[in-house]
Amino acid sequence: MNKDAALLKCSDIYVRFGGVMALSGVSFQAEKNSISALIGPNGAGKTTLLNVITGMISQSEGSIEFKSRDLSSIAAHIRSQEGMIRTFQNLEVFAHMSVLENVMTGAHNRYKYTVLDSILKTPKYFARERQCRDAALEKLKFVGLEKERDLPALDLPYGKQRLLELARAICGDPALILLDEPAAGLNSRETRTLGEVIAAIRQDFGITVVLVEHDMELVMSISDQITVLNFGQVIAKGTPRDIQNNPEVIEAYLGSDD
Amino acid sequence: MGGKQNIISLAVFIVVAAGFPWILPSEYYISILILSGITAIAVVGLNLLLGFAGQISLGHAAFFGISAYTSAILTTNYGFPVLAGIICGIFLSAIVAFLIGMPALKLKALSLAMATLGFGLIVYIFMNETITLTGGPSGFVGIPRFNIMGYDFYSDLAYYYLVASSLTVVIIISLNLINSRAGRALKAIHSSENAARVMGINVHRYKLFVFVLSAVFAALAGGLYAHYLSFVAPSAFGFHASLQLIVMAILGGMSSVWGGVIGALFLTSMPEFLRIYEELETILYGLILILCMMFMPQGLAGGLGKLAGYVSGKLFRRGLK
Repeated sequence: MNKDAALLKCSDIYVRFGGVMALSGVSFQAEKNSISALIGPNGAGKTTLLNVITGMISQSEGSIEFKSRDLSSIAAHIRSQEGMIRTFQNLEVFAHMSVLENVMTGAHNRYKYTVLDSILKTPKYFARERQCRDAALEKLKFVGLEKERDLPALDLPYGKQRLLELARAICGDPALILLDEPAAGLNSRETRTLGEVIAAIRQDFGITVVLVEHDMELVMSISDQITVLNFGQVIAKGTPRDIQNNPEVIEAYLGSDD
Repeated sequence: MGGKQNIISLAVFIVVAAGFPWILPSEYYISILILSGITAIAVVGLNLLLGFAGQISLGHAAFFGISAYTSAILTTNYGFPVLAGIICGIFLSAIVAFLIGMPALKLKALSLAMATLGFGLIVYIFMNETITLTGGPSGFVGIPRFNIMGYDFYSDLAYYYLVASSLTVVIIISLNLINSRAGRALKAIHSSENAARVMGINVHRYKLFVFVLSAVFAALAGGLYAHYLSFVAPSAFGFHASLQLIVMAILGGMSSVWGGVIGALFLTSMPEFLRIYEELETILYGLILILCMMFMPQGLAGGLGKLAGYVSGKLFRRGLK
């Protein structure tokens, strides 16, 4: 893979929270159509990096390039419109909506019409709503939730809410999705299903995936590239095989003898 | 989705609203209905903000008042036609809402409550103190009755139909808005602003939009109010009035457009019926509020919906559904 194929490129990111350095000089990139994982012990700065990339918090220093465009100081909702969508570690499904409406909300900027169109119920309103609905149903089918489409989102069991978040994220037709610990709280069977869904997201939709995850089996089985963070710094990068045999990584996870 | 259900409830509402005056025992009740309808317009608007977008405003009666006074002053002192006066009132309220909402909606929950409370109080003080303009605490009198192209809405029955059709338009706008991408965006903001942002929703713009829209509805209500009573006084637009609007929205049911209508009708007319109990009135009023919230946490609209579901379940148990 050549360097020009990088869809997302973070260079020298620093994030300070008061006196604490959450990230110091992290560089990270995701190649087009790849699955890249970010791993590291708790508090290593993985979620912070995700927050910086998606614009939830702003970095003290460093730049973020997406589709070769500098997005370093652009608002979160515009980054999303540019094609990067994330999921959350603590589920953030929309509680006041049905499963289907949740996924339709994911396509907020894909099927546009004005408020006036909706108030007057113009033909454009009906056409776009139908397209949006069809797209959402297709994504629900993809993650296997089409039967639950009319349930209130909060009535879904935990594992299915995770899948719902995935369906909602891909319904916006993003170029990149960032998943923050998608397997947290799932049993091993659900985790396997999740792994298949993530692989299919890349395969079927051509979406690039960035994955923050603790479940090593999942990470090792689906990732092309792994970046290891510890104390806000990158300590290793490579393929799953490289990482598994890297002494520094083993030390970070297990501690050294002395 | 909710499309068919909305059309049915809307049809029922129109039939009931059109027939209501004919089953009432006296002309007096029509005036209660008019005031309920006017209040309902404001509460439906507040409910879009409070129930759907999850943003609070403790100063909503101010928008009601700004428009009522604007229209009253322009028509009485400057000879504006009533319709033009009301439109000016709505415009001014919308502009004020925009200017207040711009900074205030960046605040969350309790801070937003405090900011809107402060705004409401300032408007209230302004109405009391600018005596040459507003008449001060003793009020502003001699406001012309609503008229359009030479037709005066002098009879209460005519005014009732004016209010009922305005309310119907407000309900249709609200229902259509909720069942659209803007409606979903508002509900998304209610659940999680961060997740909404990630979906590409411009959170601040949508909040500002719904804040201004709810102020516009309150302002429409204010105009209809001033040109019905022909008298306005600051006491109708103070903190107590703002609180009343919120209680109506909550009691009626915040998760439905109809909740605002039911809450306003119920709480405006109830005191009239409790009046016969004289000194017990306030106690009964409070008791009814408490019991409603205990047994119908989803509000009256939610409670009625459940009842309707239960009844139709009993009736059509062998039906297809």
